[in-house]
Amino acid sequence: MKGFLVFLGRSARLAFHGDWRYYLWIGCLLALCFVGLNAYARQFVHGLIVTGMTDQVSWGVYISNFTFLVGVAAAAVMLVIPVYIYKNEELHDLVIFGELLAIAAILMCLAFVTVDLGRPDRFWHLIPGIGKFNWPVSMLSWDVIVLNGYLILNLHICGYLLYCRYQNKKPSNWLYLPFVFLGILWAISIHTVTAFLYVGLGGRPFWNSAIVGPRFIASAFTSGPALIILALQIIRRVTEYPVANRALFTLRRVIQVAMLINVFLLLNEVFKEFYTGNLHVASAKYLYFGLHGKASLVPWIWTAVALNLTAMVILVLPLSQSLKWLDLACVFAIVGIWIEKGMGLVVPGFVPSPLGEVVEYTPTLNETFICLGIWAFGLLCYTIFLRMAVPILQGRLHADVAVEVNYRQKIEKPAFTHARH
Amino acid sequence: MASGLAALAALAPLRELERFTSMDEFLQKHYKELSPDEMSKVLARIEDEVEQAYGQRPHVRDLKPMNGVEFVYALNLTRCVGCRKCVHACVAENNQSRTPEIQYIRVIKMPNGTFDLERGDHSYEPETVPEKGFYYMPVQCHQCRNPPCVRVCPVQATWQEPDGITVIDYNWCIGCRYCEAACPYWARRFNFTKPSLPKEQLNPNMAYLGNRPRKQGVVEKCHFCLQRTRAGRYPACLEVCPTGSRKFGNILDPQSEVAYILKNKRVFILKEEVGTLPRFFYYFDV
Repeated sequence: MKGFLVFLGRSARLAFHGDWRYYLWIGCLLALCFVGLNAYARQFVHGLIVTGMTDQVSWGVYISNFTFLVGVAAAAVMLVIPVYIYKNEELHDLVIFGELLAIAAILMCLAFVTVDLGRPDRFWHLIPGIGKFNWPVSMLSWDVIVLNGYLILNLHICGYLLYCRYQNKKPSNWLYLPFVFLGILWAISIHTVTAFLYVGLGGRPFWNSAIVGPRFIASAFTSGPALIILALQIIRRVTEYPVANRALFTLRRVIQVAMLINVFLLLNEVFKEFYTGNLHVASAKYLYFGLHGKASLVPWIWTAVALNLTAMVILVLPLSQSLKWLDLACVFAIVGIWIEKGMGLVVPGFVPSPLGEVVEYTPTLNETFICLGIWAFGLLCYTIFLRMAVPILQGRLHADVAVEVNYRQKIEKPAFTHARH
Repeated sequence: MASGLAALAALAPLRELERFTSMDEFLQKHYKELSPDEMSKVLARIEDEVEQAYGQRPHVRDLKPMNGVEFVYALNLTRCVGCRKCVHACVAENNQSRTPEIQYIRVIKMPNGTFDLERGDHSYEPETVPEKGFYYMPVQCHQCRNPPCVRVCPVQATWQEPDGITVIDYNWCIGCRYCEAACPYWARRFNFTKPSLPKEQLNPNMAYLGNRPRKQGVVEKCHFCLQRTRAGRYPACLEVCPTGSRKFGNILDPQSEVAYILKNKRVFILKEEVGTLPRFFYYFDV
C-alpha cells in the first residue's frame, strides 16, 4: 500500500515538470479551464437562463457534447478488442493510451452532465443508498451506473498495468484480464444506454427509433479510433514513444468499416423519414431543410454530411494509406460526427415542440465558454495522464531507481538508457 | 500558487449568490421519507422562508389525496373561445414566476379542419376572440396514468399520487430536465432563473406539492390546483372560465359531471397513440 502511494506521489510530481512547451501547453489549458469555471460560476448564480436553452429546447450543447464524448470513451475498446481477442501485438502497448483517453472522456462527460443540472447542489440525490435512485426504471439512472462503472474499470486497468510496469512485475492475469473483457461489454453498454436515453421517449418521434442505438455505436467506433489515431501521432512526436505505423493502419481498418456502416445506417434513417413523409418527419425536415422558415441547423448538418462522406471516400481509397490523408480523414470524421451526434441529434428532437412550436436554439457565449473549459479540462487530464504514463511505460520511472529527471533537458527524451531489468 | 489565485478570481461571480439553499434544505429528505414530525418542521421552515422573501406569512399545508377520488378533467372544444383567462388565473393561483413568466396552460389557435398541432398558432393577439374559422385548444398537464415524465426521473422527484395527480417534490428535483424531454404534451416548465413574484401578488394559501413558491433550477407544472381540489374546491382555471368549457371531478363517482361526459359525449384524446393514457379529455357538444 505504501509502495502504491509512493508510486502515485512520484507520478503526480512528474505532472508538474516538463520543458517550456509542456508548461506553455498546460498553462493555456489551465487558462481556458478558468474561463470555463468563471462562466460556470455565473451560470450557477443566475441559473440556466444564461444559456440558450428554453422550455421548448430544454437540452443544448452540454448534452450534445456529452453524447459525443460517451462515444469517444466507448471507442477505447477498439484498441482492446484486437489485442485481447485477436492477439494483435502491435496495439498491445497502445491499449493504455486508448484507455487513458476513455478516462479523460468520461471525466468530461460527467462534467457536461453536471453543468447541465439546474440544482447541482442536490447531486447527492443521485447516489444509490443515500439518495433516491430511480433504478431500474429511469434510463438516466442506468447511465449514471454505467458511466461511473466504466470510469472505475478503466482506472483500475490503467492503474494496475502501470503500477506493475513501475514495479517491473508481470501483471497477474487474474487481476486485470477479467476486467478487460468486462470493459469490452461495458463500453458497448455505455453508448447503448446513452442512446436509450433518447430512444425511450415515445413523445419524440425523431429519437424514438430503433436505429439510433446502432448508429451511436457505428459513429462512436469511427470518431473514437480516429481521435486515437491522431493522439498516437502526437504522442510519438512529443514523447518519442515508439508507435508503429502498422498500429495506426490497423485502426484505419476499424474506422473504414465503422464509417461505411455509419453512412449506411444514416441512409436507412433518411429513407424512412422522408419516403414515408408522415407528420413525424418534421424534425428531420427541420434538421436538413428547415421548417417554417427556421433553419439554423441546416448549414451545420450539411457540413457534417459533406465531412462524413469525404472522410468515407478517403478512407476506402488506398489514398489513406498515406498518413497525411489518413489524418485528414480522421479530422473530417471527428468534426462531422461531433456535429451529427451532438447538436444534429439533440436539438432537432426538440423541434418542433410536442405542441408544434418551432423554437430555435443557439448556444450563448457563456455556454460556449463552459464547453471550452470542459474540453480544456479533458485535454489537461489526458496530457497529465500521458505525462505520467509514458515514462513508466518506457521504464524511466520505476520502483528500484530513484529517478532524477533533468528538468532543463527536453524531459520526454529517455533520461537513461537502461530501462527494464 | 498563481493558478490558485486564478481559480479564486474565476469563482468571483459566486459572491452574488444569495439565499441559494440552507443546510436544512440541502439535507432535507425525499417527501415520501419525511415523518409527520419532520414534515411539520419542513412546512414551518418553508413558511419562514416565504415570509422572509415576501413579507407575508403563508399557510403551507401537506394536503393528502382523498380516498375514493380520482380526478379527471374534461374540456369542451366546441365552447372554448381562446380568451386565455384560464392561463392568467392559473398564474395568479399557483405563484408562478412573473418575470420570466411561467404558464402551465398553453392555448393553441387551430384552423378549422385539422388537428395538426404544427398548424396551430401559439401567440395569437387579436382584438377579440373567437376568430372566425378557428377553434381553440388549451393544453396543460394531462396527468397521465402511464406518465413518461415519472418513468424518466432519475431521482423519483416526481410521481403519481393515488388521486391521479402527478406531483413534484420541488426540494428533491435536481433540474436535469429529462422529464421535459419526455412529456408529449409540453406540460413541464423549468425555472431557468430565480423566480420573481411581486409581494402583493403572492397567494398565501399553499400546499407543499402544489403552489408554494419554487426555487431556481427546478421543474414545475400543473397539479390540478391540488391546494384547492384536495380541499374540495375547483381548479382556478375552471372557476374563471367564462364559457363553462372546463369540467373537473371525480371519475370514480358515477354521478359526477366528468363521468357523464366520458359516457355520453364525443371525446377526443390528444396524442392517444403515444399511449400515456391521459386523465385530460377534450369533448364536443352534440
